[in-house]
Amino acid sequence: MRRILSGILAAAVVTVSVALTGCGGASNDKTTLKVYNWGDYIGEDVIQKFEDKFNINVVYDTFPTNEEMYVKLKAGGSDYDVAIPSDYMIKKMINEGMVKKINLNNIPNYKYIEEKFKNLSFDPNNEYSVPYMWGTVGIIYNKTMVKEPVDSWNILWDKKYDKQIFMLDSQRDSIAVALKKLGYSLNTKNKDELEKAKNELIKQKDIVQAYVGDEVKDKMIMGEGALAVVWSGDAVYMKSQNKDLEYAIPKEGSNLWFDSMVIPSTAKHQKEAEEFINFMCDTEIALENTNYIGYSTPQTEAKKKLDPELLKDIAAYPTDEQMKDCEVFIDLDASIKDYDKIWTEITSR
Amino acid sequence: MKKKWLSYPYLVWMAIFIIIPSLLILFYGFTVKDEQGFRFSLQNFYRFCDPIFFSVLFKSLWLALLSTFVCLIVGYPVALILASKEYSKKTTMSMLFIIPMWMNFLLRTYAWLTLLEKHGIINSILSFFHLPTINILYTNGAVVLGMVYNFLPFMILPIYSVLMKVDNKLVEAAQDLGGNWVTVFRKVILPLSLPGVMSGLTMVFMPAVTTFVISKLLGGAQYTLIGNLIERQFLTVYDWNFGAAISIIMMIFILISIAIMSRFDEDKGGGAALW
Repeated sequence: MRRILSGILAAAVVTVSVALTGCGGASNDKTTLKVYNWGDYIGEDVIQKFEDKFNINVVYDTFPTNEEMYVKLKAGGSDYDVAIPSDYMIKKMINEGMVKKINLNNIPNYKYIEEKFKNLSFDPNNEYSVPYMWGTVGIIYNKTMVKEPVDSWNILWDKKYDKQIFMLDSQRDSIAVALKKLGYSLNTKNKDELEKAKNELIKQKDIVQAYVGDEVKDKMIMGEGALAVVWSGDAVYMKSQNKDLEYAIPKEGSNLWFDSMVIPSTAKHQKEAEEFINFMCDTEIALENTNYIGYSTPQTEAKKKLDPELLKDIAAYPTDEQMKDCEVFIDLDASIKDYDKIWTEITSR
Repeated sequence: MKKKWLSYPYLVWMAIFIIIPSLLILFYGFTVKDEQGFRFSLQNFYRFCDPIFFSVLFKSLWLALLSTFVCLIVGYPVALILASKEYSKKTTMSMLFIIPMWMNFLLRTYAWLTLLEKHGIINSILSFFHLPTINILYTNGAVVLGMVYNFLPFMILPIYSVLMKVDNKLVEAAQDLGGNWVTVFRKVILPLSLPGVMSGLTMVFMPAVTTFVISKLLGGAQYTLIGNLIERQFLTVYDWNFGAAISIIMMIFILISIAIMSRFDEDKGGGAALW
């Protein structure tokens, strides 16, 4: 929460300062680039550096969820030049013609992107997106309360940890945990598999302390629970605040996710947008971003310059072996109604 | 009325922010979207006829009624004390009720999260005195507590403003005629305060039945209430039509409850005057 608040503040400061410099006169010929990103998801000086280098004004806005970003872009009236949504949302936006093709010739720094993060399923030829950050979903646990090794989702069903477990207040993520536990794909639309996942979650509900959002970070840091399902980048932050916390990716596999830069079809400044994307892939800038945010960078040169301790941390950089069974979310289309029905059934008990 | 034009900005405001959105909700609620666009349908309402959604509705109504009842039990005596002529700290007291309302509702609810935690402030104090700790966070109790805390002023203030206007001579007359305080209260004060009670009930019940933040934060999202269901239809499922239909059903329940309450609320100028 603290980080979100500071993110909002930072965004407000950036917007205000941009607005002020915009009013400073003598800058009428300056182009204005509009960027739409997650809250607290960029290095502190990056925007300023970009503005100075290219003599461009940046209007920087933030969103809290993919869904909110989608609703705002879909409703029209906005003219963002760059947005940074996640995998399944990018797929949905491509399908609905909401993003423009990116000319990779204008993004020379694209060569630094690690090969395994290119041509991902949501954008098979990287025509529409350039990876910005990536990560996994896993279990964070408190070593003083959990003495056994944590390597499976099953531990979240262990009655020993009655009322010590936090799940995510997100239907997609929580149902994915149950699907993976059962050995199914987390993108399934099969009603039988979903039915079984539902029963697992209903069985689990009695020992879950709560389904939470961002407050999970404070909760785990303060030792309010033993186990929680979290995003890897948040895990890096939590571990830095409480040394008793450790992160694990269950052996059944988990969710692997990407936040990538896209150019919405309403963009007015394609050239500058591509300059911005290229700038974000620059080694120094990518390093500054990943150091500030704590999430994992797909930029190879920046990764080499990271603290070796962090590279060993599986929360930040899991091995390929650990990611073997991880899957990327795919947009569910109409099946999202089935997921919502399941979630309502679980939470209305 | 020469200054009729003064009301125009307000009328425009109402049209843009109340009437048009209501029409949109009606439109979405009675249509479904397919390849050809929108088409009239009652399908959204059929979909709601499912035991799960009824249990969500029932739970929301039950928690809201419970909170309203607790607010009444707690709030009425407070209003009585505030309104009593002998009580001198009246201003201080009512300020104490009003000042928290200056703070954002979300922040206050977040504060309860910290207070009620297992290792939170309340439990730290309790364990310091070797008293048993309480674990009510993420239960129905916490949701009701959050609603009562947030909505209590909406119960106290209308009752207080009605009680203030009760002519003290009536009370004195009743006492002169030999009524003890129970009789005076039952036969004079209580009937006269009913309009305030009714508007208090409405003021508390309506936000309580539609809340989704309190159930999310203090209930740990373990309880889908009708407000959460509507929120999800708009933000996660993108099914605005179903979301609008649930909103319509919700509005019908609220209108019914207002209709019931306004039957008691003869004195229209009573509690409503404050608002």
